[in-house]
Amino acid sequence: MGEEATTMATRLFRLIAFLLAVLLVALPQASFAADATAAQVDALGQGGFPEREAAVATLAATGDPKVVPILEALVDGTLYLRKSDSKVVLTTKAGGGFTLKDPLTGGDLGTASSSDIDKIKVNNGLRGRISTLVGQMTLLSTDRTTRLSAAQSVLKTADPATLELLKKALATEADPQIRSVMELAEAVIVLKTDAGADEKRAAIALVTSHGDREALTVLTGALASVPDELKSDVQAGIDSIDRQLQLWDVAQNLVYGLSLGSVLLLAAIGLAITFGVMGVINMAHGEMVMLGAYTTYVVQQLLTAFAPAAMEWSLIIAIPAAFLVSGLVGVAIERGIIRWLYGRPLETLLATWGLSLVLQQAVRSIFGPTNRPVTIPSWMSGQFSLGGLDITWNRLWIFVFALAVFFALQLVLNRTPLGLQMRAVTQNRRMASAMGIRTPFVDAMTFGLGSGVAGLAGVALTQIDNVSPNLGQGYIIDSFMVVVFGGVGNLWGTLIGALSIGMANKFLEPYAGAVLGKIIILVLIILFIQRRPRGLFALKGRAVEQ
Amino acid sequence: MITSMIFRALDGKATWVIVVLLLAAFALPFSNLALPETSPLHLPNYLVPLFGKYVTYATLALALDLVWGYCGILSLGHAAFFALGGYAMGMYLMRQIGTRGVYGNPILPDFMVFLNYKELPWFWNGFDQFWFACLVIVVVPGLLAFIFGFLAFRSRVTGVYLSIITQALTYALLLAFFRNDFGFGGNNGLTDFKDIIGFNIQAATTRAALFSASIFALALAVFVCSGIVNSKLGKVMVAIRDAESRTRFLGYRVDNVKLFAFVVSAIIAAVAGALYVPQVGIINPSEFSPANSIEVVIWTAVGGRGTLVGPIIGGLLVNAGKTLFTGLWPDYWLFALGALFVLVTLFMPKGIVGTIRSAFSRKTPPRGDNTEAEEDGTTDRPLIDGPEPQPGPAE
Repeated sequence: MGEEATTMATRLFRLIAFLLAVLLVALPQASFAADATAAQVDALGQGGFPEREAAVATLAATGDPKVVPILEALVDGTLYLRKSDSKVVLTTKAGGGFTLKDPLTGGDLGTASSSDIDKIKVNNGLRGRISTLVGQMTLLSTDRTTRLSAAQSVLKTADPATLELLKKALATEADPQIRSVMELAEAVIVLKTDAGADEKRAAIALVTSHGDREALTVLTGALASVPDELKSDVQAGIDSIDRQLQLWDVAQNLVYGLSLGSVLLLAAIGLAITFGVMGVINMAHGEMVMLGAYTTYVVQQLLTAFAPAAMEWSLIIAIPAAFLVSGLVGVAIERGIIRWLYGRPLETLLATWGLSLVLQQAVRSIFGPTNRPVTIPSWMSGQFSLGGLDITWNRLWIFVFALAVFFALQLVLNRTPLGLQMRAVTQNRRMASAMGIRTPFVDAMTFGLGSGVAGLAGVALTQIDNVSPNLGQGYIIDSFMVVVFGGVGNLWGTLIGALSIGMANKFLEPYAGAVLGKIIILVLIILFIQRRPRGLFALKGRAVEQ
Repeated sequence: MITSMIFRALDGKATWVIVVLLLAAFALPFSNLALPETSPLHLPNYLVPLFGKYVTYATLALALDLVWGYCGILSLGHAAFFALGGYAMGMYLMRQIGTRGVYGNPILPDFMVFLNYKELPWFWNGFDQFWFACLVIVVVPGLLAFIFGFLAFRSRVTGVYLSIITQALTYALLLAFFRNDFGFGGNNGLTDFKDIIGFNIQAATTRAALFSASIFALALAVFVCSGIVNSKLGKVMVAIRDAESRTRFLGYRVDNVKLFAFVVSAIIAAVAGALYVPQVGIINPSEFSPANSIEVVIWTAVGGRGTLVGPIIGGLLVNAGKTLFTGLWPDYWLFALGALFVLVTLFMPKGIVGTIRSAFSRKTPPRGDNTEAEEDGTTDRPLIDGPEPQPGPAE
């Protein structure tokens, strides 16, 4: 019975609290939702400071968002009174005179010389009153972005006068992001005032619990001003935030590393097939990537010309197109050149290098030497925060795409008849041939697959790199490093190789800088190959030489 | 012993190559300096450093041929040794500028003043002396080749793996030299040279002398290479090229032989680079770019690897072609170069010299020249393989 009464009471209390909250949220809109009139604005120019203060209050009481810039202009000293008709005007200096605007409508009122108009003066008392009123109007505004920017400006100025207002706004605020800024601002103001030690300690704890860079700046700023008995609390807070930030830094590096690793994986995985599975050194691999990127460009051009509505899906359409283009070029290369050079890897290297020069120059002749613009669809642009991490959408999608390509290739190699034949030819060409496998066909298909995957990498790279004839060149050495490091003939090796090289690169960067970090990685890989000449995951076998 | 070595080195064709080179070393400067400008045989001034550049390129191609054509090590980073030699020479030339630089600093080269260096970095000390620069030109690339080769050959990194890590080596150096704080002028490299051992670097006589010096260096390189490939060591090198494992099983120290060839080759390349820089007037990090090293390979391949004349002819021909082509049809040079790579590897694996030689050897009986050991030109394939080519690392 007693228990029931308590629950009832709690419910009632909650209901009242809810109603109050609704009322408070609705209040500014309900009571102030009138439009400010020109007469109210013109009242600003009449009488002395007390009358002006009353006029300001009346204006603010309308709750009209248009009032805010007028009041700000008043504080800035750009609000003038036109002598001829006592109209209040907004001015901007133009040459010797002023151009005038209607403060409410923004309509053009022509120009005037300085003798035609009088500045509407404000004193410090009025300034303070206005900033409070403006803060009130913006902090309690119904528009989310206005509230957020108001909260941020309060955090920046940390004016103790706004504390009451801030508390009021905080009581009704529901948006977590704005709340967090407001709480921070409140704590900062509390630290500035001569509030009691307990209140300040609570404020420090609150700031510490935020744990981001902003909170760190607040605490470092407060360290000098707080009373001595609180210094240790502040210091502890700073240390705790530092530790958190370091953790987030490591996590952020991890994300960057994974992202770079996924790019490397995409670039290298086609090579892992042509080099790893077939033993063919394809120096034109980078150009296959470039062809994929240019295919994306062409697809987008065609879409803008014929189906602008489908632009959002241009990348999805480009994926099969790039695979086909690069794959077909790959098949042509295999049939035309490489099949004459099997068993002579060094010569293959030279011939494909020559081919890469021809392809680069061909693309340069057709599309020109400059970068081609590729549109980034909206679902790939922008970024989001996850805790203390900043993740861009394009990096995330590329990571997902790289993994998808990787597992799709695993499926092809391990679960399809073509994959079976590929592996058979890799392991023992003559035996496979004797079993009835058309080895030349399998060679062409394997090379086409590897090249097509390089084309897919090209599609992804358009989102983070310049589409130029030199696009592929930048990736070829890195790709070889990944494949050689990971071990030849093993896609898992390529995955591990790419991710670990990407990771190592990003973790070295803060200490050594981007270029030196890369050099260190190259030297480490060179040394690593000395230790394990066949890479991380070497194929086990009895072969002494290639 | 030494006389017999000299005789062996001067055996057969090498003598002719050296004689022709020495004749050119005198004839071209003569036609440039002594003949009147109206004479049809007069060599214009601008051609002298250009030809000198070709000669240093030919020397570089010969250096690569020693390791690739004779020892089967395809280095895709030989331009790195060339550029290192060039940088050592460039450092000497920078120190010779003295107060004539833009900033007029007697000690610091212009780029260091520009980058706010307070004093000379330690590794620039001594480069005001010519003998010290010469020492560095030989020692530093040689040492790098020794360390790199020692690690690589001992771990039996062979074939394409070796090619790729040599490429990584030159790429790493490229990135390093591009950095401003590395102390070698960063992006812009070293340039604006004035004097070399007291002579004005722009003067026609100095240029002719540099040209002759380049030819002498090439002749010396031919002499050294000929001495090496005609010795027993040379025979072992060819054996390693054709069947490395078999040579190892026969008891030869394959690693040491390869290391020796690699270091000698690197030093030749470095000397060529040192002679290249004063004639071209600039050295910058782009000399380290992997594409340059691969281009050297095509010079050697076009001329004919595994011969001493081949790389020289290839180096001269391809570069002269490049000058002509880039002058006449600049857009098509890469097409031509690319096609050259493809066509030479497909249809002329022995290069110009090798093709001519095998055409002759059908009429005359073979003279026991080591380069004619293989008939089908598939020099990279170990003989232990069966007749059917085996792609893939594992069988």
